[in-house]
Amino acid sequence: MQLRRIVISICASLTVVMIARADVKIGESFLDLSKYKLDGKLPSDLKGKVVLVDFWASWCGPCKESFPVMNELQKKYGGQGLIIIAVNEDEKKSDMDDFCKDNPTSFTIVRDAGPEGKKVVDKTEISVMPSSFLIDTEGKVRFAHSGFHGADSKKKYEQEIESLLNK
Amino acid sequence: MKLIWSALFLAVLAGTGCQNVKPWQRGTLADYTMRADRDPIGTAQEEHIFFSREMASGGRGVGGGGCGCN
Repeated sequence: MQLRRIVISICASLTVVMIARADVKIGESFLDLSKYKLDGKLPSDLKGKVVLVDFWASWCGPCKESFPVMNELQKKYGGQGLIIIAVNEDEKKSDMDDFCKDNPTSFTIVRDAGPEGKKVVDKTEISVMPSSFLIDTEGKVRFAHSGFHGADSKKKYEQEIESLLNK
Repeated sequence: MKLIWSALFLAVLAGTGCQNVKPWQRGTLADYTMRADRDPIGTAQEEHIFFSREMASGGRGVGGGGCGCN
């Protein structure tokens, strides 16, 4: 009887842990980035803006491919209220710095500098790199992208950003 | 009872023995030195031996460094 209770409590706690892990869901508010330890300066006012939060690393090929596209998106829609925040997941800051030197950007880059398990990315449950979330003017997650697939991804980004900006 | 406890203990031990590598922790796996084909001469030699011995070539290893991107 006691054993059954132990097994049930283990299962229950595991379920709670699993449910608690995915904090980013479509239709719900995105995480408050100011509550996390991030290296770099976040844009001061995100209210009323469409925000694209992208998780990337310097060792990830598709992330590198996505940078020119994000530069273009920032240039095209920045004036209309789009803000791109690229959150770097490199272990060493120097890797990120080297990458940024070779790939200049027009959007915000911050580094997820929190301790293991308490990073922003830990709350997202993303399954591939890069992954991104598109957040509407009310701060709700509207679209999520897994990976970067060249022209297809670019087209999708443009359609989604335009739909959110024209709301 | 003892058997159930031992089974539970072993299950917990096996469960905690697995280390999950999250997508954003694959920097080391994605490093060039982790590639099986990083030495072109060595790879060509191995391919030659493999071909001579097995009458088969190619199909060794996988592309990419293991970052599992996309």
